[in-house]
Amino acid sequence: MIRVIIPHHLRNLAGTGAEVALEVDGVVTRAALLDALEGRYPVLRGTIRDRVSGERRPFLRFFACKEDLSHEPPDTPLPEAVVRGDEPYYIIGAIAGG
Amino acid sequence: MSGVRVLVGTKKGAFILTADGKRDKWQVEGPLFGGWEIYHMKGSQVDPNRIYASQSSGWFGQVVHRSDDGGKSWQTVGNEFVYEGTTGTHQWYDGTPHPWEFTRVWHFEPSPTEVDTVYAGVEDAAIFRSQDGGQTWHELSGLRLHNTGSSWQPGAGGLCLHSIVLNPNDADRIFVAISAAGAFRTDDGGKTWLPINQGLRSDYIPDPNAEVGHCVHHIAHHPANPQVLYMQKHWDVMRSDNAGDSWYEISGNLPTDFGFVIDVHAHDPQTVYVVPIKSDSEHYPPEGKLRVYRTTNGGYEWEALSNGLPQRDCYVNVLRDAMAVDKLDPCGIYFGTTGGELYGSADNGDNWTPIVSTLPKILSVEVQTLP
Repeated sequence: MIRVIIPHHLRNLAGTGAEVALEVDGVVTRAALLDALEGRYPVLRGTIRDRVSGERRPFLRFFACKEDLSHEPPDTPLPEAVVRGDEPYYIIGAIAGG
Repeated sequence: MSGVRVLVGTKKGAFILTADGKRDKWQVEGPLFGGWEIYHMKGSQVDPNRIYASQSSGWFGQVVHRSDDGGKSWQTVGNEFVYEGTTGTHQWYDGTPHPWEFTRVWHFEPSPTEVDTVYAGVEDAAIFRSQDGGQTWHELSGLRLHNTGSSWQPGAGGLCLHSIVLNPNDADRIFVAISAAGAFRTDDGGKTWLPINQGLRSDYIPDPNAEVGHCVHHIAHHPANPQVLYMQKHWDVMRSDNAGDSWYEISGNLPTDFGFVIDVHAHDPQTVYVVPIKSDSEHYPPEGKLRVYRTTNGGYEWEALSNGLPQRDCYVNVLRDAMAVDKLDPCGIYFGTTGGELYGSADNGDNWTPIVSTLPKILSVEVQTLP
């Protein structure tokens, strides 16, 4: 199972806890992982990726294994530790305040 | 006894306030959708339990919610706002072409006759219609594809369609207003649109009398007199007696004719309310005094209504969708400020009471009159 940590507002929207466990078929990429996440929680469509372009929304980042993977192409395989479920995949909202 | 339900959209969630017909004791519920910007909430006249909420954030985009039980519970509905046909470009702030990009819903306008029909005014400017209670949305693309569309330019708040006025007697006639393109009307249910800006004068655009390019802040009418429209423009309070074919200024003795809100009394089509704001450079009331102004003869002559409103050190703004009236007698008037105060008057505006004083920045106020 892939472990995905999603931000506070998306947890509320989807009615989940902080961590979601997902089965992802085939090669585990960011695109495949987000497809699986949105498949289980359709309300999240458009909240992480732009509905039209499919691009990451600008104020979101993707972290795993202490690396910022936000700029990796969406079809790049995720780290083995994420695929094995040893490490979570983080969807992070940009920090903002004032 | 009948009552009212006030729907308040704020920078950090939604609030629902209810009171009986006396309107002197209020229950405050919320925040709903805590932490999200709620640009607008509006209920159906056909079924008051049906309410739409526009929830958005810079992080996660747009989510539309619907309640079928008066706001007790909510479900997400459709969020596919896809521009139809050629997307095209409008002008960006620097005058360069910029592709139309959907950002958020600014305003919902439920049909006064069909419970499942609702219109949405969005940024970048377009109007969408749903005929299944918000599950699916279809653009009335004749507006965006109007031959002036490529010249439309955003105001400071974005290129937003913020006002939708439906004619209660003619479902094919719709008025909209866009910042900063102006006002438009359709008489064929949204297939074709006509700019209705004749008589507007805007000294901040190259041709002050241009067909489009005017920063209309809000428009309103009275359902019993739908030929008459009232407009708060960036500067100038305007009136049309012929469904927008032409406009004339009714600013009269207002201390300043800049402002955002304008609304019409529920029972008197000639009684209109505005909140003058000092200027487009200083978005707060003149002299630090928060005053609603009322005309009872359709314009020109305005009286200040200040009983119960702060008359010193007040530097808040009242945004374009943040005023509403109920249908009780006497008519109740409500408005919210960028400082998070919601004020109400249960006597046509003569006296005001702060209903809540510490909400987040208020973006919109709507009211439902309940049986």
